[in-house]
Amino acid sequence: MAGSGTAHLRADDDVILRVEHLQVEYPAKAGLKVQAVAGISFDIRKGETLGFVGESGCGKSTTGRAVLQLPSPTAGSVLVQGKDLTKLSSRDMRRERTRLQMIFQDPMSSLNPRRRIRDSIREPLTIWGRDRGDGRQKVDQVLEQVGLDAAVVGDRFPSELSGGQCQRIAIARALIMEPALLICDEPVSALDVSVQAQILNLLEDLKEQYGLSMMFIAHDLAVVKNISDRVAVMYLGKLCEIADAETIAKRPAHPYTRELINAVPVPDPSIRRRSEQKAPAEVPSPLNPPSGCRFRTRCPRAEAVCAAEEPQFHKITDGHYVACHFPLQETPMVRTSAEPVGV
Amino acid sequence: MTATTQPAAPDTTNDREPLLVVDDWKTYFKTAGGLLRAVDGVSLRVDAGSTIGLVGESGSGKTILSRSILGLVRSRRKVEPGGTITYDGVVINKLSPKERRRYWGKDMAMVFQNPMTSLNPVLTIGRQLTEVLTLHLGMSKALARARAVELLESVGIPEPKKRADEFPHQLSGGMRQRVTIAIALSCNPRLLLADEPTTALDVTVQAQILDLLDEQQSARDMTMILVTHDLGVVAGRTDTVAVMYAGKIVEIAPTKTLFTETRHPYAEALMRSIPTMDAPNHTRLFTIPGRPAQLTGEPKGCRFAPRCSYAQEKCLTEQPPLVAPERPDHSFACWFPVGTKPGQEALERNLSAGQTAAGTSMSLMTVLGA
Amino acid sequence: MAQSRLAGEKPQGPASVADPSSAGAGPNGGAVPAKRKSRSKLKNLGVLFWLAAGWLAVVGLSAILAPFLPLVDPAAQNYDAVAVPPGTPGHLLGTDSLGRDLLSRAIFGARISMIVTLSAVAIGILVGGLLGMLAGYYRGWLEKVIMAATDALMAFPALVLLLALMATLGSSVRNLVIGLGILGIPAFVRLTRASTLVYAQREFVTAAKSIGALNRRVLVREIVPNLIPAVGAYAFIVIALLIVAEGSLSFLGVGVPPPASSWGLMISEGRDSLRTTPWITFIPGIFMFLTVLSFNLAGDRLREENDNKGGNA
Repeated sequence: MAGSGTAHLRADDDVILRVEHLQVEYPAKAGLKVQAVAGISFDIRKGETLGFVGESGCGKSTTGRAVLQLPSPTAGSVLVQGKDLTKLSSRDMRRERTRLQMIFQDPMSSLNPRRRIRDSIREPLTIWGRDRGDGRQKVDQVLEQVGLDAAVVGDRFPSELSGGQCQRIAIARALIMEPALLICDEPVSALDVSVQAQILNLLEDLKEQYGLSMMFIAHDLAVVKNISDRVAVMYLGKLCEIADAETIAKRPAHPYTRELINAVPVPDPSIRRRSEQKAPAEVPSPLNPPSGCRFRTRCPRAEAVCAAEEPQFHKITDGHYVACHFPLQETPMVRTSAEPVGV
Repeated sequence: MTATTQPAAPDTTNDREPLLVVDDWKTYFKTAGGLLRAVDGVSLRVDAGSTIGLVGESGSGKTILSRSILGLVRSRRKVEPGGTITYDGVVINKLSPKERRRYWGKDMAMVFQNPMTSLNPVLTIGRQLTEVLTLHLGMSKALARARAVELLESVGIPEPKKRADEFPHQLSGGMRQRVTIAIALSCNPRLLLADEPTTALDVTVQAQILDLLDEQQSARDMTMILVTHDLGVVAGRTDTVAVMYAGKIVEIAPTKTLFTETRHPYAEALMRSIPTMDAPNHTRLFTIPGRPAQLTGEPKGCRFAPRCSYAQEKCLTEQPPLVAPERPDHSFACWFPVGTKPGQEALERNLSAGQTAAGTSMSLMTVLGA
Repeated sequence: MAQSRLAGEKPQGPASVADPSSAGAGPNGGAVPAKRKSRSKLKNLGVLFWLAAGWLAVVGLSAILAPFLPLVDPAAQNYDAVAVPPGTPGHLLGTDSLGRDLLSRAIFGARISMIVTLSAVAIGILVGGLLGMLAGYYRGWLEKVIMAATDALMAFPALVLLLALMATLGSSVRNLVIGLGILGIPAFVRLTRASTLVYAQREFVTAAKSIGALNRRVLVREIVPNLIPAVGAYAFIVIALLIVAEGSLSFLGVGVPPPASSWGLMISEGRDSLRTTPWITFIPGIFMFLTVLSFNLAGDRLREENDNKGGNA
């Protein structure tokens, strides 16, 4: 993995976000720099959901924030409908940024604990002077869209509401800006299973109704697979593989993608899978990433070339790109049971 | 786990003695809003050498129950109004804290969710392990040290000698959880309670830690209670699963039965609300409307009724008992169980009325098979 | 598992049940009614808090209303009743060696003490709070400069600093306020910087930025409201410290200039005759002691309450 290259980018007119060679560095101890995101490229079409998966520390959340320019990336370009955000003045950026909205992992933390729900949601209208007396009405409307009763929750504080309700409110606050792109950073991982399902269904409904484009970041491959049209797999600051969600699930080409799939716990007692690898999965330090392909230290297929050369993205089939010297052969994965028991 | 290849021994066969019997156990807390019934009459029988999964969402009481078994719930506001916990023939819930402490380590041990907070940050890993060994087993320092390295090796830590001299923060999350498992296993406990042992970890690491617990259990013939919110985690790794809701067990059965013959609407909903890799993307997920039940006050009827698509008048007034009408090892607490005639009729009644007896609109429910 | 480790886990038990208890009924959002919540919160503060608050209210009110109360002129010298002990008719708490009424002087002294300490704390909160917030929000060189200055100020012995200030500027109530105000700044810089650091990392700040809020608006609308409870609770403790500091200065003769009375000045006036007429020192001493204690008690309790609520991470 550790792939670079832009072979997978599309040239269509309806690409809403195009990110090229994105790099984010953080200062670390002793004057060293950590590359949290090491030159990745991707694009999102209008109305499309692109999912990002990977283990903690792979840079998926940093990527989401870098798209928002919070903080700005070290290098690379972020084009939103053709306009490069990295080149904007801070004043223009302030306006452009409102077209990108973000939903966070911790719903309690994403709302100001000392402000009433209605005020939190109304804030963007106030800031941009769009509140011409109909602000309250708009707030009630957007609360209804996310399935909340404005009369019940409007005057409450976040601490008086459940995690699921707070997450709905965070979505409402993002929606009121009518964003071109919604960045969801682990929006359901702090929620209970039943509430998680409510929020995922809500996001699907909103996408359908308003043609929302989404960047959906999560560590749970099953969740990402369910909500995404396309899925990008990340490892240690690089992209490994990008393809539509079905292809990722059924015909993964990158060894890391397969490892992730194998690790997903299946709610079916007849399936018993053990991880292929005996050695504990240790992610190398991003301070000193492996040469060549960054995944080679964990990869069962690694050979000398993997240490010497960084694999570039190449096409496997239409829309399926992988950055690996030895991609898995195109045999569909054999499952012990095709049908999940619950359905 | 030993029994995953063959079906779990039903409770009625007496070839194995129960190691732990929890009978009508209650743990309450006094709060400003009234008595909070965190665990409200739970009965459980854990056979020696088996693995039981306790599954539930936050507020279900699974964590308080597991801590009550160890005697770890210490709060001024705690009330334990009834029930017994019997371990190896001894009623342990009446013992003094000092006497109970004697069971920790050698008889029961616990693995916690967050390995960072359950390890002491200022002591080396080796020191934390040898401390347990010298304290509980009276080993000499040199012997304890050698045993500590052995233990670290057995839980899959590479270069155990070197690692023993390192501090917790120098290890990754997965490695730290291996260390806490090594500490828990150090005195060869007969019962291991694992409370969300993999929730804080990445999926790839999660699978490895669960495999490790599996191996260690069969190697040591341990009994294990696996507490989790994730049905996927218990599916392949337990003999029995108990689903908890609002402080009660709502359904308990051998793992396979629970997944194939689900009877309680909550257990069914929980299973179907998980996205799977096999279903096509954009599959609409089954949801449970509303929010977790309030645990204060005397329960009137079934606690799940306000969120249940099967709810009838009876569910609002009468508490369903936990009974086993079909097979002796499969109990559930529901008046209108899923997949039975009364259940199907209840669902159809609610569908034609447009709402349940609790007043919840059926449009909020994603009803499958209707 | 080691015992120490098990014991270390115990607070998690009850903490994990706190969640369902706060969850309300109703499918869509019933939460605990706000009214009931605030009333139980008041009760939760405890008897000691309310005793302290009661004393502060009595002292504060009588200080504010002093000119309208039926009190003897605090400066009037009654040569018929010089140094009479407490309980004398007409002089409830006795008089000092010049025949001035101690109750009246103590209440008028409270006026000066309160004006001085409250203004000084206001300076500390405004200047220190602003600097601390800027340091915590913008970080970088600004933070380094502010923190270095704060540390330098803190390292300097407080009393020496005040004595030097009063000696050069001359002793007046205004200068006293300035001196004590400067003394209070570092504490508020540290407190608000630490809290701001925490809140600036929270997602609601990122969310505010993403909807186009300017830094100024983020600071005023998102951060300040979250700092208020912590700063408010801490102000009580700083007030207590400053009352003592003001007392020490007046005792040393560089505080409030006579004939105005302040508690420190009164104590200092009585110290020569401590052996024969101890009440001249003890009456203002008791006022000061109770007031300082009350501020500390109330402040501690409020801070605890604030920490419990998780308001300040």
